[in-house]
Amino acid sequence: MRGYRLWLVVILAVAAVCAWMSLPNNPGIHWDWNDDGKYDGEFEMDRDIKVVQGLDLQGGSRVLLEAAPGTKYDDETMSQAVQNVERRVNGLGVTEAVVQQQEGGRIIVELPGVRRQSVAFEAIKSTGLLEFVDFSGVTAGQYTEGDCILTTEQVRLAQERGTAPESLDQYTCPSEDLNNPEPTPAILNNGQPFTTVMTGAGLEDAAPMVQGQVTASWTVQFVLKDKDAPGVQAFIDYVASHANQPLAIVLDGRLVSYPTIQPDLASAAAAGTMDSGIITGAFDRQEAEILAAQLKYGALPIPLDIIAFDTIGPTLGKISVERSVRAGIIGVITVLLFMLIYYRIPGIAAALALLLFALINFALFKFLPVTLSLPAITGFLISIGTAVDGNILIFERMKEELRDGRTMDRAIEAGFNRAWTSIRDSNTSTIIICLILYFFGSAFGASAVRGFAVTLGMGLVINLFTAVIVTRTFLHTIVLIAGDQLRQRHKLLGA
Amino acid sequence: MFQFAQRRKYYYLLSACVIIPGIIAMIYSTITTGTPVKLSIDFTGGTLMEISLVNDVSEQHVRDTLEAYGLSDYVVQRLDPIQSEEVEATHSEAGSRWQIRMEEVEYLDDLKAFMQQPDQLGEFWSPRSVEEDPNREAALATSSVSPTVGKEVTRAAFLATLAVAVIILFFIAWAFRQVPHAIRYGACAIAAMFHDIFVTMGVMSILGLLFGWEVDALFLTAILTVVGYSVQDTIVVFDRIRENIPKHRSDSYEMVVNRSVLETIHRSLATQLNAVFVMIAILLFGGETIRQFIAILLIGLMSGTYSSIFNAVPLLVSWELGEIPFVNREGKHRHEEVPAVS
Repeated sequence: MRGYRLWLVVILAVAAVCAWMSLPNNPGIHWDWNDDGKYDGEFEMDRDIKVVQGLDLQGGSRVLLEAAPGTKYDDETMSQAVQNVERRVNGLGVTEAVVQQQEGGRIIVELPGVRRQSVAFEAIKSTGLLEFVDFSGVTAGQYTEGDCILTTEQVRLAQERGTAPESLDQYTCPSEDLNNPEPTPAILNNGQPFTTVMTGAGLEDAAPMVQGQVTASWTVQFVLKDKDAPGVQAFIDYVASHANQPLAIVLDGRLVSYPTIQPDLASAAAAGTMDSGIITGAFDRQEAEILAAQLKYGALPIPLDIIAFDTIGPTLGKISVERSVRAGIIGVITVLLFMLIYYRIPGIAAALALLLFALINFALFKFLPVTLSLPAITGFLISIGTAVDGNILIFERMKEELRDGRTMDRAIEAGFNRAWTSIRDSNTSTIIICLILYFFGSAFGASAVRGFAVTLGMGLVINLFTAVIVTRTFLHTIVLIAGDQLRQRHKLLGA
Repeated sequence: MFQFAQRRKYYYLLSACVIIPGIIAMIYSTITTGTPVKLSIDFTGGTLMEISLVNDVSEQHVRDTLEAYGLSDYVVQRLDPIQSEEVEATHSEAGSRWQIRMEEVEYLDDLKAFMQQPDQLGEFWSPRSVEEDPNREAALATSSVSPTVGKEVTRAAFLATLAVAVIILFFIAWAFRQVPHAIRYGACAIAAMFHDIFVTMGVMSILGLLFGWEVDALFLTAILTVVGYSVQDTIVVFDRIRENIPKHRSDSYEMVVNRSVLETIHRSLATQLNAVFVMIAILLFGGETIRQFIAILLIGLMSGTYSSIFNAVPLLVSWELGEIPFVNREGKHRHEEVPAVS
C-alpha cells in the first residue's frame, strides 16, 4: 500500500499545479531571476497562462487587403497571392485563420484573437521580395541597414506591373517612419540599378536559427533549389568568383545586410558543393521568423495594402457557442452521474479521476497554449469519452471477476491488470491516428485537422496515466478507508 | 448461450440497408450536382455581404431574417461598429455592423430590400465616407468570395485517412501477433472503419438530397472523429478475443468470438450510452450552429459501435469459415474442419 501513498502525493501535487493554472485570472509565469527585464537566462521564463480561443468560438480580427493601386493582376496572380498569404499565416503558427479571395483584387484575412499590432499582419502585408544583390566594390560602412536600394529585379517587376516611374531616379521605397509618410528615394549605383543575382524564388526552404550562446543573435538559414531553378546557377557562380567581396541582402527594397563572402564558401561554390547558406542581419526572433516564413512560401506576386481592419465576431455565433458550452457541461455531468449510479463506489474514484483528467487537459491547453476551436474541443470531448471508456473497461472487468467468485481485493487487481491491454492498444491506435492527422494537417496547412489531432492525442496520452494510475490510487485509498464494509456488500461495487 | 456470430448475415444485411442507399444517393448526387454530398459555402465560395444597420439587433435576428428569405447556408459574424464622431452625431442608438457569408443570391437588391423591411432588420446605414468614396462601398458591400476551405485541406483529410488505414492495419497485426492470422484483425478493423465512413457520408448525402443538409468545414472533423473512434472501439472488442483464444483452446473459433462479444457487450453499451448523453445534451440545449455537426457525429459514433460488434467481429468468423469471396480462395471445404457449434 506504500506505493499508492506515494502516487497519491504525486497526484495531489499535479492536481494542485493544474488547478492553479486553470484559475481564470492566472497571472502567468514570469521568472526573471536577475531582474534585468529580459527572460533570456537559465530557468527564466515569461509565459502567460490564458485560454486561447479560435476564430469560430471567439472571433478575432479581420483584415482587408487590396492589390496596391495601379498594379496589374489577373485571376491567377490573385489566387497565387491568396495561397502565399495563407501559407505564411500557417507558417507563423496562427491556428485556423480564414483567408479568402474576394473579387476586385481583395483578400480577406480573419485571424483568431484581437491584436491590432499583430506580427502576423506585418508578415502578411509585405511583399517579401528577397534579393541577393551584387555589391562588389562597396566598402564596409558605405551603406547602412534599411537603405533603399534599387535593383534590376525591382525595375523589371515595376515595368511588368505597370508601376514604373519615368526615370530611374524617381524610384522610391515606402516610408517606414509612421510620422513621416514621405517615401524614401532609392539609391543607385553610379546612375544604374544594382544587379540582382538571385531572388528568394531560388530558395527551397528557410528556417529561423539562433546563433551564439551568450548573446543570442537570430539568423535565417536557407536551402537552395536545384541548379536549374531561376538564378541558382548564377548565384553559385557569383559566390564562387567573388571571395572576400560583399554580397547584399535586400528585402522589399531595403538593405538587410551585406556580409562578406568567406573564402571557404566561395571554394565550396566553385566545387559545386554549396547548397545552403545563412542570412545574417540585426534580426530579433520575430523578424527572423517572419523572414523565414516569407522566404519559404515565396514573395507575393503583387504588393498588397491593408485597406480595412475590424474586430469580428465568432463564425459560430456568440450565443450559439455559449449555449453549446453549457450543453456540453450538462452532458459531461450526466456522464459523471451515470458513472456514480451505475458503478457506485468505483464510480466515485472514476468521477474524481475524470475531473483530474479534465483539469490536466485544461491546464495544458492554457499553458502550451492550444487554440481552442470547435474541432479542438471535439477532440477533447472524444478523449473524455475514452477516459470514461477506460474506467468502464476496468469496472466491468472487476464485476466479472467478482461474479466469478474472486475476493474484492483480487477482483480490483485483476480488473486493472486485465483491462490494461485493451486500454493500451486501443489508445495507442488512436494516438497513432492523431500523429498521422497532425502530420497531414501541418503539411497541408489544415490547422483544423491539426488542432483536433493535438487535443485528442494529448488527452489519450494523459488518459493512459489517469485511467489506470489515478483511478487505481483513488480506489485503493477508498478501500483503505472503508474496505471492510465493501467486502461485505458487493453491491457498493456495482456488482 | 446466445448464438451471436451465427446471425452474422443479418448484421451484414442491416449495414447494407444503410450503406447501399447512401451510395446510391452519392452517385445520384454526383450525377446531378457534381459532388457526392451537398457542399456548403466553405467549399464552394459564395457571396460576402457587409451591412451596417441603424438598429442594434441580435445575431439570432439576422439569422432569422436570412432564413425567412429562404437562405439556409450562411455564416453571420458581428463586426465592431464604426467609431467616429459622425456616427455619434447621426444617431443616438448604437447601430450594428455585420459580415454575412452566404450562398450566391440571384437578386441581391431584392434580398437587401427584404432585409430593410421594418419587421426584419430595419434600415441600412451608410456613413458619409461611403458617399464620398464609392470605392469603399464596393469593397465592403457585396462581392463574391472564394472557398474558405481550400482543396488542399480536403486532400489532406483524404490522404490522412488512407495513411491511417495502412498504418493501423499493420499496428493491429503487430499488436495481435500472438494469435493466429493477426493480419485479419487489422483488415477487419479497417473494413469496419470504411463501413463507418460510408455510413456517415451516405447518410449526409441522403440528408443533403432530402433536407438540403450541407457539408461544411466541420464535417471533415466529424469524419476524422469517426475514423479514430471506430478503430479504437474495434480494438477493445478484439482484445477480448485475443485474451480468450488461449484460454479456450478446445472451443471453436465461433464460440470464442461469441463469448468475447457477450463479455464486452456491457462495456460497449455503457460507453456508447455515455457518448450519446453528451451528444444529446448538445443537440437539445446547444446552439443551432453546431447542431448538424453533432447530429452527424452521433450517427458516425453509433455506426462505429455497431460496426465493431456487428461487422468487424462477424467478419473474422466469416473469414475463418471461408465465406468471404475472393479472399478465401480455398473455398468452403474448411467449413467442415471447424467443430460443430453446440
